[in-house]
Amino acid sequence: MAMVIRCFLTLLLFLVSTHLTSSLYEDQVGLMDWHQQYIGKVKHALFHTQKTGRKRVLVSTEENVVASLDLRRGEIFWRHVLGTNDVVDGLDIALGKYVITLSSDGSILRAWNLPDGQMKNLKADKDDLILVFGKGCLHAVSSIDGEVLWRQDFAGESIEVGHIIQSTDEIYVAGFIGSSKFYVYGLNAKNGELLKNDHTTLPSDTFGELLSVSSDKFVVLDNMRSKILTIKIKNGKISYNQKPISDLNKDSSGQAVILPSRIPELFALRMNSRVLLIKVTNEGDLVLVDKINNAAGVSDALSISEGQHALAFAQHEDSKIRLLVKDINNWNDDLLKESIIIDNQRGNIDKIFINNYLRTDRSYGFRALIVMEDHSLLLVQQGEIVWSREDGLASVVDVTTSELPVEKEGVSVAKVEQNLFEWLKGHVLKLKGTLMIASPEDVVAIQALRLRSSEKSKMTRDHNGFRKLLIILTRAGKVFALHTGDGRVVWSVLLHTLRKTEVCKDPVGLNIYQWQVPHHHALDENPSILVVGRCGPSLATPAVLSFIDAYNGKELNSMSLTHTVAQVIPLPYTDSTEQRLHLIIDINQHAYLYPRSPEAIDILQREFSNVYWYSVEADDGVIRGHALKGNCIHIIDEYCFDFRDLWSIVFPSETEKIIATVTRKSNEVVHTQAKVMTDYDVMYKYVSKNVLFVANAAPKARGEIGAATPEEAWLVIYIIDTVTGRILHRMTHHGCQGPVHAVFSENWVVYHYFNLRAHRYEMSVVEVYDQSRGDNKDVWKFVLGKHNLTSPISSYYRPEVTTKSQSYFFTHSVKAIEVTSTAKGITSKQLLIGTIGDQVLALDKRFLDPRRTLNPSQAEKEEGIIPLTDSLPIISQTYITHSLKVEGLQGIVTVPAKLESTSLVFAYGVDLFFTQVAPSRTYDSLTEDFSYALLLLTIVALVAAIFVTWVLSERKDLQEKWR
Amino acid sequence: MAFTRSQILFLLIQLCFSLLPFTFAQSPASGSAEGYTIYGRVKIPSAGTKDYILPGKISNVKVILNGGQRVTYLRPDGYFSFHNVPAGTHLIEVSAIGYFFSPVRVDVSARHHGKIQAALTENRRGLTEFVLEPLKEEQYYEVREPFSILSIVKSPMGLMVGFMLIVVFLMPKLMENMDPEEMRRAQEEMRNQGVPSLASLLPGAARSN
Repeated sequence: MAMVIRCFLTLLLFLVSTHLTSSLYEDQVGLMDWHQQYIGKVKHALFHTQKTGRKRVLVSTEENVVASLDLRRGEIFWRHVLGTNDVVDGLDIALGKYVITLSSDGSILRAWNLPDGQMKNLKADKDDLILVFGKGCLHAVSSIDGEVLWRQDFAGESIEVGHIIQSTDEIYVAGFIGSSKFYVYGLNAKNGELLKNDHTTLPSDTFGELLSVSSDKFVVLDNMRSKILTIKIKNGKISYNQKPISDLNKDSSGQAVILPSRIPELFALRMNSRVLLIKVTNEGDLVLVDKINNAAGVSDALSISEGQHALAFAQHEDSKIRLLVKDINNWNDDLLKESIIIDNQRGNIDKIFINNYLRTDRSYGFRALIVMEDHSLLLVQQGEIVWSREDGLASVVDVTTSELPVEKEGVSVAKVEQNLFEWLKGHVLKLKGTLMIASPEDVVAIQALRLRSSEKSKMTRDHNGFRKLLIILTRAGKVFALHTGDGRVVWSVLLHTLRKTEVCKDPVGLNIYQWQVPHHHALDENPSILVVGRCGPSLATPAVLSFIDAYNGKELNSMSLTHTVAQVIPLPYTDSTEQRLHLIIDINQHAYLYPRSPEAIDILQREFSNVYWYSVEADDGVIRGHALKGNCIHIIDEYCFDFRDLWSIVFPSETEKIIATVTRKSNEVVHTQAKVMTDYDVMYKYVSKNVLFVANAAPKARGEIGAATPEEAWLVIYIIDTVTGRILHRMTHHGCQGPVHAVFSENWVVYHYFNLRAHRYEMSVVEVYDQSRGDNKDVWKFVLGKHNLTSPISSYYRPEVTTKSQSYFFTHSVKAIEVTSTAKGITSKQLLIGTIGDQVLALDKRFLDPRRTLNPSQAEKEEGIIPLTDSLPIISQTYITHSLKVEGLQGIVTVPAKLESTSLVFAYGVDLFFTQVAPSRTYDSLTEDFSYALLLLTIVALVAAIFVTWVLSERKDLQEKWR
Repeated sequence: MAFTRSQILFLLIQLCFSLLPFTFAQSPASGSAEGYTIYGRVKIPSAGTKDYILPGKISNVKVILNGGQRVTYLRPDGYFSFHNVPAGTHLIEVSAIGYFFSPVRVDVSARHHGKIQAALTENRRGLTEFVLEPLKEEQYYEVREPFSILSIVKSPMGLMVGFMLIVVFLMPKLMENMDPEEMRRAQEEMRNQGVPSLASLLPGAARSN
């Protein structure tokens, strides 16, 4: 019996340590990961509702996505993410079954099959002509085979082509040279022959775009934005009129802008918040049709029947939006008048696209696709929002995380499992699943059971630290909080500091920081987030700050600053309410301290001489180190500090250009400094937070692959101490070029670049070791206390460092590299590599170990050193995105969970993907599909066996005694 | 030219012209004078059969030039093309879920009017015609092993039960072969020790006894 119990215990331990899965089974998809697909801010939209069957809307977006959406639910039928340089300029439906897109400044024309998005060769019975405008050329493309029939080059005349007017046999091309000379060219539609041309000089320069009102009439504003010029072309001859805006509208204050809505015979002029609709008569006169106050957006005209055109526009009314559809010819009648309540966190209306449908009573109904200020997309029909898409999430600017609230006492937690029977039933099902004896219905039930486990989507902190909030700043200036459990939006807020105002014309969000992370003494306060933005793309525009409560998304405070922002430095100090101190560096060599409180000043004064930072001037090839000097001399502000340059490294500009810089994550935890080698030798890692990796390329090889020859390309990498400016390591890779993607962690850096000689990508690893601690091996020194292990690591003393490095080939191009991070840093690391195919590969750091040799000794093998190979293996089971793609991948973020073995990974681009990874497998917890039922069964069997043997032995004893 | 009137479709773009009105004046126009065209084909073998049929998911296959400089999609017959590629050495990658493609080194020769030489970079194999095929299929999921008695026996639970069975049924057999004298001595020893407690099971405690 003792034996049995002992073996049971050991086996239980054995079981816990072995019953682990390294990668994913297909039925585990969606268990710990989620994937969301987006398209981005819609630029063009076309409805396809003519035929019976699936109604769809085709869109092209600012993220270069062409997609077909389900008009009923807003789901994606198909989607193509074009390359980053392949900006979609135009979208149209041809022949009722193809989608035509024009992209890359009009140089690429593609046709897609409407139902499935397959790229097509245009095939048509009818001989149609597609006119395409690109790079100063007019192309006529046959719709039969996509062949270019003729081309007319206008680039030589430096004409800025604005419009094409077509009649049956002649095509007119109109445009400007400079901003006041107006030209018209008449072409033969059959062969592109130049027939005639005319030009005229307008009385003043023009402002903005030329808008065509009808096939032969154009309007444009003059450069004072006070007059409207009407240009008429008849048989290739130009005539023009001009009229001051004040004649049309008495109150003509504010700057006028012609809206780009295409409406026959009409155009819309925006002045302040008012929109004027102006009709252009046949004689070229302008007549004011209507004034719309608080107008938010005007759609293009929609032709509903012969000669009848409808126009939609929206007005803001408090929290509601009024949608009006009017007949253009019969202005007093409203075809549609609806009020819609829209969440005010969506901001103003940006664009409206309308579509009509036939109601059952043969009257026209209208549906409108609305693009909001936060880039979300809404479909409105019959006064209601049919569906909405949060497409702002397709353009992520920065990501941080926040903890969820701690579970309050009194709130019931135990609603997770229903009762014992249900629980057991669930586990029996899982057991069936693991034993592969489950029927298809059972498999479905198991999947549902797993996804339903409400544990992972609760709004409280969990013991393992898997549940967190992902705080995402988007390009639209909206901040989203996503739950890591299921990816739902917990809250979202459109920051008013990042909205367009008179003062702040073109605000951009820059970064997002953890402002207050309460633990210990400030636990009852909510954590908060700092969002830093700027009033324009230029560095010289003033900065804006917003502080947001991380639990509910309330904007706690916001500031429009008088100074600029060049760099934000989160300092490793917090005040009594756990607010982190931040220094904002402006472009005029000042540092500003936030939060602006006397306490923060006190803390900074105490640590004044310990604050160092660096700045990289990539254009000049200079890296500088800075330290604080004292309060500002010219600005009277006690939170303003001057700083001085400590050191600078100037790279020779004729041979080197900075292309990448990477530093360590400030919150990274290193578990051990020492590394024991196979021969019981100890190496000490050079673990410093103040190290910077710099990659410089030859000036000729800065561009794309294929631009430089191997002889004129080289890559120089540096590892620099950012406090002293000391170069710890320098290495040159000849015949190599960028783009360089790198990641710095602990004492090593891994970087990816292109080797032109082998014409393959390479990855290199550099590990930095502290040599000065190397003689601590002697035991006697420890005994006598002569070791220097207790001396603090400081940048003031110069340790001798050694580096080890190795390079390997890597198959794919890379878009981003990250490394897993765990709570204590004990778990071994994996590199997360975002490949060009928009997948994320987890590569064990052991493959990038400079100690790898061709024939590792037995001892080295036992330590886990892998024999050296020339290229890094790509094991398809280690793709953490499994069979999914994170389209348009931009970045990867890793966050440690509380459970040491696990790291949370969030990859973003046009799509969002979240999962958990365990680089050394989940050694500290049972896996999700651990079969409790099987365990129970075994225990029951064992107990039964114990009794049986007990009875047997009793009987045998008795027999012995009788004998 | 056969077309007479028919409906003329047009797409027109103003953006590029407003942005770059004059710079294009000097450079040669978009025509073919600037670069060469790379034509190629991607063939994905359908599972099981020998002949090449493109599966339905081909619309998600991307062909990438020089690490993302340009991206193109496949036509239904698997063909793709890059226009206006300058002469030089380029890299083409194919991204298709479920397949592993080797990147291809493409040399566009200026001397031979855009003659193209291609070689796979993974195994340095030259391509006589520009047809790209996957090197292998990629399996993203672990395959669950089908149910078998062996897998049950091999599982920790199975091992536990198996070991117990051995103890139950083989140990008595071993005991029988033992010398009765020795047996009695062992039993006596056991009796002296008393009832085994959990503490005595632990190796340290057992030694102290």
